[in-house]
Amino acid sequence: MADALSAPTLRRPATALARRRKRMDRLIGLFAYASTAIGLFFLGWLLVTLIGRGAAAFDVTIFTKSTAPPGSGGGLLNAMVGTLIQTVLGTAIGAPIGLLVGTYLAEYARNSVLGNTVRFVSDILLSAPSILIGLFVYQLIVINTGGFSGWAGVVALAIIVIPVVVRTTEDMLRLIPDTLREAAIGLGSPKWVMIRFVCYRAAMQGIITGVLLAVARIAGETAPLLFTSLGNLNWSTDLNEAMPSLPITIYQYAASPYDDWIALAWVGALIITVAVLAINIVARYLIRTEPSRK
Amino acid sequence: MQQAASAAATMGGPLGSHGGRARTARRSSNLGDRIFEGIVTAAGLLVLGLLGGIIVLLFIGGWPAFREFGFGFLWSAEWDSVREQFGAVISVYGTIVTSILAIVFAVPVAFGIAYYLTEIAPEVIRRPVGIAIELLAAVPSIIYGMWGLFVLAPFLAQYVQPPIQDWTMDIPILNELFGGPAFGIGIFTAALILAIMILPFIAATMRDVFMQVPAIYKESAYGLGATRWEVVRNVVFPYTRASVVGGIMLGLGRALGETMAVTFVIGNANAISPSLFATGNTIASVIALEFPEALQGSLKLSSLLALGFILFVISFIVLATSRYMLRPRLGN
Repeated sequence: MADALSAPTLRRPATALARRRKRMDRLIGLFAYASTAIGLFFLGWLLVTLIGRGAAAFDVTIFTKSTAPPGSGGGLLNAMVGTLIQTVLGTAIGAPIGLLVGTYLAEYARNSVLGNTVRFVSDILLSAPSILIGLFVYQLIVINTGGFSGWAGVVALAIIVIPVVVRTTEDMLRLIPDTLREAAIGLGSPKWVMIRFVCYRAAMQGIITGVLLAVARIAGETAPLLFTSLGNLNWSTDLNEAMPSLPITIYQYAASPYDDWIALAWVGALIITVAVLAINIVARYLIRTEPSRK
Repeated sequence: MQQAASAAATMGGPLGSHGGRARTARRSSNLGDRIFEGIVTAAGLLVLGLLGGIIVLLFIGGWPAFREFGFGFLWSAEWDSVREQFGAVISVYGTIVTSILAIVFAVPVAFGIAYYLTEIAPEVIRRPVGIAIELLAAVPSIIYGMWGLFVLAPFLAQYVQPPIQDWTMDIPILNELFGGPAFGIGIFTAALILAIMILPFIAATMRDVFMQVPAIYKESAYGLGATRWEVVRNVVFPYTRASVVGGIMLGLGRALGETMAVTFVIGNANAISPSLFATGNTIASVIALEFPEALQGSLKLSSLLALGFILFVISFIVLATSRYMLRPRLGN
């Protein structure tokens, strides 16, 4: 050993190799730092732009006035109310269905063929282009009811909610130890009572997280609404009529040639992004506290 | 669970037989169980029905166009509203090129992020950095579109595209690839924005599967004197290869159908150009832009629905592959 260490001819190739390996390692490490920096940089760039341009045109009248023709100082009130209505109703319809499907997958069909098929299809729907869900609802509802309507938008959004909630609900229910279930069954509780009062309670935070993520997802959805609730530049809370929404208004305004409309689009973009990111952060915080409470 | 429940019911049997009340209670609870199981199963079937409904309704809607143009719809480059001649090839080309280019941009960066988050980053900042990256996926598509059109495209046109064109001017194939006028908007910009949007999906999947490599494998390699990179390359990669491909396919599936962001920046030209800086269109952008001008019952609307059907088939294949690759490791 001592000879080998002291013999320079033996040592040199070894250190050269070691040096090359170390250099490679450091290079990849640098690349990893740079990649993370790139990701964070784009998020920062996006946010800085939104805050800069959105805050510049920010005005209280945005919350008090409805959209108006260019140059007449309108706001975004009708668009925000429309988005609120459609998001709330879409969640109210989609989330319970998603909860039931998630329950089916976790409690009734863990390894059945039908269960695996439903899980697979739900996963596909989770990532399927939302524009196609819009086209589907257009074919299903808009054509058959004779026009664009808030309800059609609500249905499209509800369909987007379902797979998001299915995924989180199933994951969360599966985290619950079977001993809890056995304890409930052992006390003579019927299965549905066990699910309702043991499983749902234990998985509550996770399920709420899923619903919040779904809300964040549909609040900014634009493409499916193009074919369903269409958008409306007037005040309208009638779900049987074309309904305004913030994303559609942003789309129309940003693509317009009028400076004041474009400025309003930036404000709308800022509002919706802040809302969506805030919901996301809250949801992720909830999911983190989940295990520690158990 | 089914067995446990019925076992519990049988065990309750002798006890319940002591009094009529207990027996009725058991029977009614079984009814409750049957109803509940019926409801959740129906909900599961509804999901299957949704997918089936999407396929069937898109196909029915696109049928007049398929019947009119036959298979030629797939490789006709025409999109002429006046003469009512429609074909899918340009938008299918745009969809595939932007998505693949987005993957090319996003995958190395996503790997870098996953490497950083699993191997380098100190424990305390892993979560915040991970969440920040994932927030990129939460930003609505329309916001990327606006930002792309008003901020990124002008920036690229001024500072990025001209130097690339200068460097590649005299290199035979590359000067075609980056040739032509550089407006900022076009295939290249659309792909770049798609890359940013799908980055979090790929990075998060890679991070999650990297974390699942049993520590003892990595420790063994470290014990043999391997560097961090060598451990990832020789231990983590082989262990997670299928899932990594699945994560990439997931990103690809997302990119294929992305609508609003692409619609803003792709330039919407019905043409195929060898240059990546040229404008083009994608299936989703054509549907979004042409739909308002398509009358109900027109051949144009039918052609748009037919495009939607094609997009669905492509996405379905990609996403199904992704699920298949991810299933064994992420084991839902």
